[in-house]
Amino acid sequence: MTGKLGLDPAVVAQARELARLAGQPVTDLARTHTTVSVERAVLRLAGLDGADEDGMPWVNRLTDAIRETTGLEHGVALPAWDAMLTGGYPDLRTLAVDAAAGLAKFRLPMGADARAAREYATRSVKKGLDLIDARRAERDRMIAATSDPPMPWIYLIVATGDIYEDIPQAQAAAREGADVIAVIRSTGQSLLDYVPEGATREGYAGTYATRENFRLMRAALDDVSRELGRYVRLTNYASGLCMPEIASLAGLERLDMMLNDCMYGIIFRDINPVRTFIDQRFSRQVHARAGIVINTGEDNYLTTADAVDAAHTVVVSQLLNEYFGREAGLADAQLGLGHAFEINPEVPDSFLLELAHAQLVRELFPDAPLKYMPPTKHMTGNVFAGYLLDAFFNLAGVMTDQSILLIGMMTEGIHTPFLSDRDLALENVRYVRRAAGKLGGSFRPEPDGFVAQRARQVLGEAIDLLRTIGSQGLLNAIAEGTFGVTRRPADGGRGLDGVVERADGYVNPATEMLEADQ
Amino acid sequence: MSLAEIVRPYGDTTGDGRVQLSFTLPVPFGDETERARAEGAALQLAAKMGMDPAMVVHAKGMGPDFTFFIVYGRVSHLVDLSAVTVAEREFPVLPAAEVNLRIRSALGRKLVVVGACIGTDAHTVGIDAILNVKGHAGEKGLEYYREIRVVNMGSQVSVADLVARAAAEHADAVLVSQVVTQRDAHLTNTREMSAAFRAGLGQQRPLLVVGGPRFDPSAAHDLGVDKIFSRGTTPGEVASYLAHALAPVTAGEGAA
Repeated sequence: MTGKLGLDPAVVAQARELARLAGQPVTDLARTHTTVSVERAVLRLAGLDGADEDGMPWVNRLTDAIRETTGLEHGVALPAWDAMLTGGYPDLRTLAVDAAAGLAKFRLPMGADARAAREYATRSVKKGLDLIDARRAERDRMIAATSDPPMPWIYLIVATGDIYEDIPQAQAAAREGADVIAVIRSTGQSLLDYVPEGATREGYAGTYATRENFRLMRAALDDVSRELGRYVRLTNYASGLCMPEIASLAGLERLDMMLNDCMYGIIFRDINPVRTFIDQRFSRQVHARAGIVINTGEDNYLTTADAVDAAHTVVVSQLLNEYFGREAGLADAQLGLGHAFEINPEVPDSFLLELAHAQLVRELFPDAPLKYMPPTKHMTGNVFAGYLLDAFFNLAGVMTDQSILLIGMMTEGIHTPFLSDRDLALENVRYVRRAAGKLGGSFRPEPDGFVAQRARQVLGEAIDLLRTIGSQGLLNAIAEGTFGVTRRPADGGRGLDGVVERADGYVNPATEMLEADQ
Repeated sequence: MSLAEIVRPYGDTTGDGRVQLSFTLPVPFGDETERARAEGAALQLAAKMGMDPAMVVHAKGMGPDFTFFIVYGRVSHLVDLSAVTVAEREFPVLPAAEVNLRIRSALGRKLVVVGACIGTDAHTVGIDAILNVKGHAGEKGLEYYREIRVVNMGSQVSVADLVARAAAEHADAVLVSQVVTQRDAHLTNTREMSAAFRAGLGQQRPLLVVGGPRFDPSAAHDLGVDKIFSRGTTPGEVASYLAHALAPVTAGEGAA
């Protein structure tokens, strides 16, 4: 595809190289450390599910027991599977129950014992990866048996807090035209250092992400996909303290997309930066294997910062998300980089500025399924004006060939959308697609006109910022408040106590097998 | 009651009483009979709401079971302006920029807030919704305010640690969230906390604010705190209260 903005390929290559230089030290950190959630994900891939009577998952109980005895610097695999062999345990669940009661004995095996434990662990974890592979093949078969909808995909949200209410709403949304259903998580789940269990009926402003909820919703969407002859995708949220585990569960239950940003937890949830970067790498390795498309969270920056002044921070974050994603093995077609239509409509030429930003992102990442988010910040309660703004958002989306359109609601910020709000929103996007779906082909900004110049200016500012980040270090840049408005020092935030430096002889069969595919 | 205080909705002529309304009924909008019945149902609702005459200007089936309506009509009700009561709030809810401005002009430095869940309470949902940048209900949390410095101590913080940290940070305000209410733990913990601040810091104590879904907002005095926020509180309300209590407008400012 030839560009419409006249971007200099050398400048684009320089931006990518600066992002790589900024990200590389953080990748090195992720390669030399592990976290409690990475280790718990290993146990989940090996089939350890369920929770004790207090609702604390067995993966947490077992990981904590191993941490208290042998430590985690060699990983859970060697001590856990050594204990299985020496203690004669039939399965991980039985071992975890004993471990929680202080009855299991753990040690770091050496020599032949270590080799036996490692081989056993690898066999067990491979079953999980095989199941993820089978789920991926199942998705391909489902798409072949139904159909793959053309882009832009229409992305709609359900969020009742009760999985059994979410299911009929999601099915209704699919029948109304949604290509992607996102189940919003309960407020604050990102800060839980465990993944809740089972089907859940109570949440705060959303529904808990649990393996059983994933399974129930995917099965319901399979039914509706067959009914409609169109594959309806399912999205949930990985970001938070349990990224590696939620990514694993999503792969095991054939979710199709996941919110997974390299920095969202740090900036917006005060999760420790080091913890986040380690967890995001493992979780993305699992997504790569599962064929899951990630959605990144750059739209969030524009809800705190000004969408014109901070436009370049979106591009910087996208370039970092691309670097980290590719490094973890994600294909470009799995990089659902995010951005948003959040410029104040009172600003002169605001629509031209939105077009410049959206087209810039399109051209920087030609093969990425870009996710474009509707206005939220300037939705005022005047639903009539909001409906008009959403139409302009839809128009910018089709003109600049965005891939995934989150459908804007005219009642944004007033209430959880009414059935009629959703219906009107879909009517809006259907009209714009029908009336102007081909406008992108005829949209040629003047070579040195306002749109092209603005796009080049934003790219230039992004390069300047990447250069600064490279010279001070990404962790220092985050500590200084470069993204969003808050300072997040590398030794602050939640979850740092769950970070462990790997010792020589660290074993993680999941990472080994995932990296072997790359 | 003077006539000037009686008004009606205004469409395009004084006193015409015209309004618009949209709603959904769980009725099908399929064949001609169903459509006629659906429109009749919408008109019945409009009549019961005081619209007479009413006209269904738009009806659309949404899926097999629902119909969306837009109705215009004339309402018979009169509005008596003299009977309008306005709830007095002790403080106005301000936009973030105004809160920042007031803190800057009144304090000349950042306002320091220390937040925690005390006792055995591990539910940080409430305190995080108020403090995290991410915020709640479409409003950014206190971390987003340029002139507020937030120290979030997280959950299961002891009262002694909270008092010590508040003193060390020179906290202007302490925010405590309590969700667990077994055996009135939220009340016991709050009394213990306010007593500890009085004993430890006396007149120098920070403003004490507690929040949680089961608190009675009028019990602040009884619990020894300055303010109680209950269910549904947004970060903007808390920030506005802090500005009201700690950064009062000085004479000549904020007249607009």
